[in-house]
Amino acid sequence: MSNWGYIIVGWSAAAGVLGAYAVRLVTRGRSLSRRVPPERRRWMG
Amino acid sequence: MTDTTTNPPGAGMGAPTRSGDDPRNTASKGTRVFGILSLIGIGWLVALGLGLSPDDQTQGDLVRLMYVHVPSAWLAYLSFGVTAMGSIMYLWKRSEWWDLVAASSAEIGVLFTGLALVTGMIWGRPTWGSYWEWGDARLVTTLVLFLMFLGYLAVRRIPADTHVRSRRSAIVALIAVVDIPLVHFSVKWWRTLHQEATVLSSDFDPKIDDLMLFTLMVGLVVFTLVYVWFMLHRFRVAWLEEQLLDHSLADAIEARRAEAVGTGATT
Repeated sequence: MSNWGYIIVGWSAAAGVLGAYAVRLVTRGRSLSRRVPPERRRWMG
Repeated sequence: MTDTTTNPPGAGMGAPTRSGDDPRNTASKGTRVFGILSLIGIGWLVALGLGLSPDDQTQGDLVRLMYVHVPSAWLAYLSFGVTAMGSIMYLWKRSEWWDLVAASSAEIGVLFTGLALVTGMIWGRPTWGSYWEWGDARLVTTLVLFLMFLGYLAVRRIPADTHVRSRRSAIVALIAVVDIPLVHFSVKWWRTLHQEATVLSSDFDPKIDDLMLFTLMVGLVVFTLVYVWFMLHRFRVAWLEEQLLDHSLADAIEARRAEAVGTGATT
């Protein structure tokens, strides 16, 4: 019996969750970067 | 992540610096490299996991869910391990840097633990006939791990002095991380429904088809690359949030001081 319905749901859940988190991180980073001057960023050389 | 601040105030606000750091966001050469490698890896994982790898003799095509479930569980261990290390380092060095490493990794760990639980439930329905079994030691200890680190993130949101918050959350993380060995060895100690480890078996001789093992390893590597990319961005977001908080606090104190001086001058 094919279980492709379960497989697609499982993979889609992983892609959706990881993709949404990545987008949230990038947009939050952009928004904060506008409000914090570059000299206050420890990682920037 | 160096400790140097050589950019003059406001310099390079519109373009990446020579080192590749982009002042307009949290990207850098490092995040671009890990981002590209992750995307290439994801392409490989989809091709292998959903197409090229064979069906399992007993699980059939459901084995394809293992290529996202097992790496998610591995990343849960890794993320919370990094959180524990960051917490120990914070308690030792009292450094904000380590506290933010711990917090960033915990948030990502919660994400991967949630994914491990959800993909496991989806696999469990056609395999065991049920999404959830309260009697299974692996499932319950993993849920406890998820809830404890969710609690860790909640503790971090309780308003408090920065050092009080960091110390408090570091202690919570070190208590919560004790659950990881319980999760890992639960399948050996209690022998309930969840199967024992296939790859990390006691004789280090995985009884698994070569291409299936290769696909699983690709999944582990790809998810680890994604974790590193997440960590770089999440740490920087956390750092910027702290800077903003410190800055607003300093501005508020300065405003109050100016107000007090102004009032004193008129009386």
